[in-house]
Amino acid sequence: MLNRFMQMRLRDLIILAVILFALPLFLNNPFHYDLATQMAIIAATVVGLNLLVGFAGQISLGHAGFFGLGAYFTGIMTSNYGWSSVPALVVGAILVGIVAWIVGRPILRLKGHYLSMATLAVGFIIAIILNNERALTGGPDGMPVPAFTVFGWELSPFGSYNLLGMELNGSEAWYLFAAVVLLVAVWLAQNLIDSPIGRALRSVHGSEVAARVVGVDTARYKSLVFVVSAIYASAMGSLYAHFQGFITPAVAGFDFSILFITMVVLGGMGSTMGVILGAVVLKLLPQVLADFQELETVMFGAILMLTMIFMPKGLLPTIQTAVGKRMKKKAGGQA
Amino acid sequence: MFAEFLQYLFTGITIGATYALIALGFTLIYNASHVINFAQGEFLMIGGMATVSLTAMGVPMVLAIILAVLLAGVLGILLQRFAIAPAKQADVVTLIIITIGASIFIRGLAQLVWGKEYHVMQNFSSDEPIRIFGAVLNSQSLWVLGIGAILVVGLVLFFTRTLIGKAILATSMNKEAARLVGIRTQLVLMLAFLVSAVLGSVAGVVVAPITFTSYDIGIMLGLKGFVAAAIGGLGSGMGAVVGGLLLGIVEAMAAGYISSDYKDAVAFSMILIVLFFMPRGLFGAKVVERV
Repeated sequence: MLNRFMQMRLRDLIILAVILFALPLFLNNPFHYDLATQMAIIAATVVGLNLLVGFAGQISLGHAGFFGLGAYFTGIMTSNYGWSSVPALVVGAILVGIVAWIVGRPILRLKGHYLSMATLAVGFIIAIILNNERALTGGPDGMPVPAFTVFGWELSPFGSYNLLGMELNGSEAWYLFAAVVLLVAVWLAQNLIDSPIGRALRSVHGSEVAARVVGVDTARYKSLVFVVSAIYASAMGSLYAHFQGFITPAVAGFDFSILFITMVVLGGMGSTMGVILGAVVLKLLPQVLADFQELETVMFGAILMLTMIFMPKGLLPTIQTAVGKRMKKKAGGQA
Repeated sequence: MFAEFLQYLFTGITIGATYALIALGFTLIYNASHVINFAQGEFLMIGGMATVSLTAMGVPMVLAIILAVLLAGVLGILLQRFAIAPAKQADVVTLIIITIGASIFIRGLAQLVWGKEYHVMQNFSSDEPIRIFGAVLNSQSLWVLGIGAILVVGLVLFFTRTLIGKAILATSMNKEAARLVGIRTQLVLMLAFLVSAVLGSVAGVVVAPITFTSYDIGIMLGLKGFVAAAIGGLGSGMGAVVGGLLLGIVEAMAAGYISSDYKDAVAFSMILIVLFFMPRGLFGAKVVERV
């Protein structure tokens, strides 16, 4: 029974749902909830990025560019043009998808470090534009973003809500919303991975030449997954903008791009649950290290280096292998 | 009109020479180990910052520079030995993250030791600028170009005339074969990181009087060096020099004639355009992928 459950396709999703909805038992102030909400939004972004990096084996060092574009499209449309949140998010995601498709076709022909370079350049160009178009974006000082609204109903970290008789404050409500968003993001990603498209992508990861030889249109699949991961980033950028209430060009910047790719690699490339763990760890780490003050940066760098040196496959896959080995040993001992 | 152009050209060549040295560092490590070292910029920072703090402690300039370069060289060896070598089976992306971790670590240390302030460094020779056809040339620019040229010539001689240089080349071409003919490849890899760190820190020292120096200058300079190396074609020494100078000049022209806010955007657009037409950069080797 337990074994069959472990092999179920929706296993990961169910485990994640249980964790997400049990988590409020351990969160006891709005600060915790806000941190958890940020984690969920960022985790959903890296779940999308993982499709590109972990499954198709392509590198993006500029993904925050798409995240930032989504955030700023939402910010500008909702605050300057009075758009509602959902249309802004959807139209923004479609536009970012088109941008990703246009830049993706030529740059995804590039291999290895040249692809890293090109994606890094795209991210930088987006961040520079956001920084300098002051009239539209407020420049380096950033811009305020109104609360998330659907049909006049407003979701604000400062509101208070009633869900099925439960009294919720704004932070709690945002957390539940972000948790559901993350579950949907994971579910969509799992479906894509298990589809023929997912198999084609994995063949590209294995060997692009071999994939092409057996008739996989690698260029098409690579751009497709690039677009999908950019749409993930844009949509999550939109939500992030609403949640934070204020955005600066840093959301599109190099540091953010590096943070995203680091979450994917640290958590475990190609493992959806792994990259979520990566997002959680890298969001929590600065909080934990903040106590060390000046030592914070040194320790962060050291932990990052050591983890990657000793667990090159990433946190979750390494843990799973270790646990798997122990379980096998145990089973062997009983027999 | 001409004076203006000449002025931008001087600025461009000076900063371009620095980029070329950083790009050469990238190229060297890339050739020896196929790693893109995102900590390359930190060597520049170490060079500049260590020199500034040592001279402030009363150490004579020349000695301070030598010590700073040595410090960077030791760091380069440590980086290879303790961060890159243990992870040699890792993915390309994993190695990138390791070098990023290393750069954060080094930056953190620098911030701890030297603080967050910007530091000014004295020109090597006179502060008197040189006037040529109405344009002004900082005397330090001549130092940057001169030392840059010496390093490039030195590298060429090192790789063509010395046994150690040839051993590095052999290792970069085929590590297994190099080991078979008796080259100690692990030592060679450490050497490559050492030379790369020395190049970076010298670049950091010579350019410090022009750009100022602080604990975080390594990030952007390192990235620009990566851009220059990619424009020239990763792995090509010639490409690194041409790419660096080209990038510096285009950037200075863009800042002068278009807008200084967008000079970095011009640099990053340039790399996209180059890669669009030449996916392996200007001088990159054509590689046949084995299945």
